[in-house]
Amino acid sequence: MGIRMAKRGRAVAAAVALMLAAAPARAGEGMPQLDFGNSLTQAQVVWLAIIFFALYLLLSKWALPQVASVLELRANAIAGDLDAARKAKAEADAAAAEQAKATREAHAGAQAEINAALAAAKAATDSESAALNARLDAQIADAERRIAAARVAAMGALEQVATETARDVVARLTGTAIDGLVVNRAVAAALAARAQ
Amino acid sequence: MAGEAHTIDALGQFKLHTALGPIGASVNFSQSNLMMVVAGVLVLALMYFGAKPRAVVPGRLQAAAELAYDFIHKMCVDQIGEEGKRFFPFVFTLFFFVLFGNLLGLLPFSFAYTSHIAVTAALALTVIVLVTVVALSIHGMHFFTYFWPHGAPKALAPIIIPVEVISYLSRPVSLSIRLFANMVAGHVMFEVFASFMIMMAGAGAIGYVGAVGPLALNVVLMGFELLVAFLQAYVFAVLTCIYLHDAVHLH
Repeated sequence: MGIRMAKRGRAVAAAVALMLAAAPARAGEGMPQLDFGNSLTQAQVVWLAIIFFALYLLLSKWALPQVASVLELRANAIAGDLDAARKAKAEADAAAAEQAKATREAHAGAQAEINAALAAAKAATDSESAALNARLDAQIADAERRIAAARVAAMGALEQVATETARDVVARLTGTAIDGLVVNRAVAAALAARAQ
Repeated sequence: MAGEAHTIDALGQFKLHTALGPIGASVNFSQSNLMMVVAGVLVLALMYFGAKPRAVVPGRLQAAAELAYDFIHKMCVDQIGEEGKRFFPFVFTLFFFVLFGNLLGLLPFSFAYTSHIAVTAALALTVIVLVTVVALSIHGMHFFTYFWPHGAPKALAPIIIPVEVISYLSRPVSLSIRLFANMVAGHVMFEVFASFMIMMAGAGAIGYVGAVGPLALNVVLMGFELLVAFLQAYVFAVLTCIYLHDAVHLH
């Protein structure tokens, strides 16, 4: 907006200038720029053409390519650095992946070893306890056999003692000797009834 | 104070005179042309000494040179497209020739060659001839369809075609007068305010106080003229790019 207003002011100023140019006599001959008959005004354009063309040639063939090469140099340097950084990143990524893989493998190996050790320990414990059980079973069976034998022997002794005691008791009570066979039978029957 | 000191000679500053002594006089080499050479040498020096360090991290001068290069290069590619790179040296030359002409004109005892209609018209004609030659070389006779907007009703041809032709031909006129008028207006205002200042100062002690007004105005005007110097050079270059875009793409 400010520029637009300034432009309007500028147009007014230009109009003033043109009026000054149109006003005769004061500065002499009006706007010098419009004095196209002046040989200097004509020569100015010829020199402009020569200078502008020379400047164009010097800039396009000599000066601008230098700046362009500097810009290219920088672009190449940046691209090279970026490439190196990208390569380094790829290497780092690969190394990280390898390390992760190694860690995973080590983990798996350790787990397998732990499992094997556990299984071995379990098997050893199992076999040991089985052997112990077998030994204990054998000892129990042996003991039971001995107990049974002792019991049978004790039972045999008991029958004899009971028979003799019964005969003595009967003889003492009745005063008569009793037939051994009858006593034997009675004792055996009583013992059998007890054992029931 | 003599009588003639009170007249305001706002246009005398645009008067051409020969430079470089008798040699310049013999080939009609004016102070305007001398400033063109100075401007050209400054542009070349900026580019040469700017590019010389070839540093990856640029210093100030190199940054300025690269900024100038990138600014115009981007303008060409943005406005014209990829083909714009072909015209980059021309647009660069044009922009910096006009810009340095405008800026050098703001220095005391200097001369603004862009305040001469002959100069701006010659530049604008160069642009329009280049644009037409480019358009003809790319599109051949097909170029003349440029004056016929696509899909316009045929009955309007007698109106539309002359309008389009006139608008095409008025491009160099507006291009040259815009730059010329802006520069003349700025320099006339400088001169007028400066003359006021001297006239007031001639009126004694109160005049000295009053002269501060025009002085302050001229200071503000100088900042504004710096803006105009860049703006007009930019407008000239951008319009050239737009015309070249039309020449390359036809609408």
